[in-house]
Amino acid sequence: MKTTARYFKGTFRTGIIAATFAACVAFAAPVGLPPVPVPTDNLITPEKVKLGDKLFHDTRFSSTEEVSCATCHDRKKGFADSLPVSEGIKSLKGTRNAPTVINSAYLRTQFWDGREPTLESQSAQPFLNPVEMGLKDHEPILKIVRTDPEYAELFKNVFGKTGDQITMVEVQKALATFQRTLIGGNSPFDRYYFEGEKEAMSPAAIRGLDIYIGQGRCVSCHLIEQTQALFTDNRFHMIGVSANQMPQDLDELLAAVEDVKKKGTDIAVLSNPKTSSLGRYAVTRDLTDIGAFKTPTLRNIELTAPYMHDGSHKTLEEVVRFYNNGGRLNETDPLPELLSGGIRPLNLTEKQQADLVEFLKALTSPQFVQK
Amino acid sequence: MNMNRRAFLKTTGAGLMASAFPLSLVKIAFGGQAPAQDFTFGYISDAHLQQIQGNEFVRNWDMGLIRAVREANLLTPRPDFFMFGGDLAQLGKKEELDHGLQIMSNLRGKVHYVIGEHDYYLDLGEYWQSKIGPLWYSFDHKGVHFVTLNSILTYDSWIHKKWPSPMDRMLAMARLDNPNGSPFMVGEEQLTWLKKDLEKVNRSTPVVLFSHSPIQKIFKPWNFWTEDAERVQALLKPFEKATVIYGHVHQIEYNQIGNITFHAVMATAWPWPYPESYSQTASCLPKLTVPMNRADPFFERDATGWQFIDVRKGKVGMHYQLPDNKNRSVVFNSKAGKPQDVNYQDYGSRIPPQTHY
Repeated sequence: MKTTARYFKGTFRTGIIAATFAACVAFAAPVGLPPVPVPTDNLITPEKVKLGDKLFHDTRFSSTEEVSCATCHDRKKGFADSLPVSEGIKSLKGTRNAPTVINSAYLRTQFWDGREPTLESQSAQPFLNPVEMGLKDHEPILKIVRTDPEYAELFKNVFGKTGDQITMVEVQKALATFQRTLIGGNSPFDRYYFEGEKEAMSPAAIRGLDIYIGQGRCVSCHLIEQTQALFTDNRFHMIGVSANQMPQDLDELLAAVEDVKKKGTDIAVLSNPKTSSLGRYAVTRDLTDIGAFKTPTLRNIELTAPYMHDGSHKTLEEVVRFYNNGGRLNETDPLPELLSGGIRPLNLTEKQQADLVEFLKALTSPQFVQK
Repeated sequence: MNMNRRAFLKTTGAGLMASAFPLSLVKIAFGGQAPAQDFTFGYISDAHLQQIQGNEFVRNWDMGLIRAVREANLLTPRPDFFMFGGDLAQLGKKEELDHGLQIMSNLRGKVHYVIGEHDYYLDLGEYWQSKIGPLWYSFDHKGVHFVTLNSILTYDSWIHKKWPSPMDRMLAMARLDNPNGSPFMVGEEQLTWLKKDLEKVNRSTPVVLFSHSPIQKIFKPWNFWTEDAERVQALLKPFEKATVIYGHVHQIEYNQIGNITFHAVMATAWPWPYPESYSQTASCLPKLTVPMNRADPFFERDATGWQFIDVRKGKVGMHYQLPDNKNRSVVFNSKAGKPQDVNYQDYGSRIPPQTHY
């Protein structure tokens, strides 16, 4: 299978194969992506998607009735929010950049630190975070979905449940299902790489792809495989972003850990930049994970500036310069001491860096571009 | 006792990983042991810092030592002291030793040093002694007698033969599989000193001996070997509890010979594979039964690491901190009478070997 795929690389139609596997869920994977993983207890149906869509955009599920999921995951902004860090109710700021929801169905863990395993479990948390939607508990949501006639109808049709039978389990399943339909492949890169359309990418982007796979070493974490490209390894790496925020000594580390224990990870990391900087460590307490964050996908990256988990890089040019200097914006900046071993200076020329940026711009799925 | 030991293994293994603190030593009182006897220390080894030119050093090796120091500073409760296990430098140059001592100066706590062959064979330890101290010495801590040896000496005739330059001698000793190499040894002078040093120590006092090379014979072509190892072992034999901790091999090894428990420490620089057993004479050394997962070449810290060590009732528990890999603990099992990997004692829990196509 592997050999065949490699042999036919360029003309191999992933979409067809994917469609065969995914036929039962009615969503064929677009070019460049595998079938969407769907949990057996939460299959995708058109009505469930519609319900999830409605929930996703409902501002009544926040304490001020002004913020919905879509506030920070806006279709017009690549299902992100164009802000360095997200703003919830009363313009309160969190500590992290809103990741795009597009293709989040493929991620093995959710949130920048992977603290939740599924879209279902993830979706319950922002409602209760004081700097996001600010509810005290989930009751106001349940009250609305149990009494609002439109919701009552939808929940009845989708889950066969009414009144008190409707719980957060159904709400979360519907939200997750909607997000599983936000799939973006079929980019110029996909057509070039998997479909053999030589004209799909510009010469600069083609040179950029070479750098991406070769000297730039990007592909080591942002994976491109033989028949698909998720552009993530689903792992966690300390790449040097906001290294100056990280606990500098044991006392600061213990204080941050105490913060996590007291408030819970979700609230603690979004309310304090120092606690946020723990990254994956807040979840695993493994020293390797201090300051490590999940590799995000690069698909539709042009639509989702600014970049990095704290939104500290404004442009793709800045991101590439950061990696080229081995985990720092300027060559003269100090090297973060706990930097992941994968991050090292790349010695790319200005032209190579520009080509790399051109390649990153070829990862945009046409349906998410605002016209 | 058996149950306690089990609880202890469980706590130190799983407990360490899941603890709120970076590395929380959970105190388990068993056997009426006075708490003052239990303590911890950190062990960093084999940094191999190499000068390229001027202030430029090999970045990868620098980052390994810097990371270990930074992580060790996050240990809680604080270790009583740290050991550095030798090979601070790659080619014994002053610049390399200075650079290493500068990085090590960020380590919060007292450090005792063991010299390695990469520190020694350029100037025969002259600069090391002027900056760090004697090449062999002993000290007592909380009822345990610690001895540090210079185990990387060799025949005088080899050391003092007509080398084109001291650097040629250094390079010859640094080379693996060197047909013109020479085996490591402790030598008469230190053996005499060690005998005297240990004569003063009560036989029930736990003894922990630090060396750079293994004080056991594993693989001669790479000097995973000390020529007069048996003579050192004989001096440790009268003690109820004796432990040898060595560097040089850049991998996890553990063994039991009579009353002596052996542990190797990881390098911060790079991993070595496990060499085939050297069968000059019939060997009772363990075969490699728990392979470390193959290092992922992308993660340059993979298969390197440093150790956090606890001493309980005079026996050591090694807690290997392995960036980008799964941390491991090797702890003395009093029932089995030998050290055991906490996670990989049974066949069922071993890391399955990779299949190669």
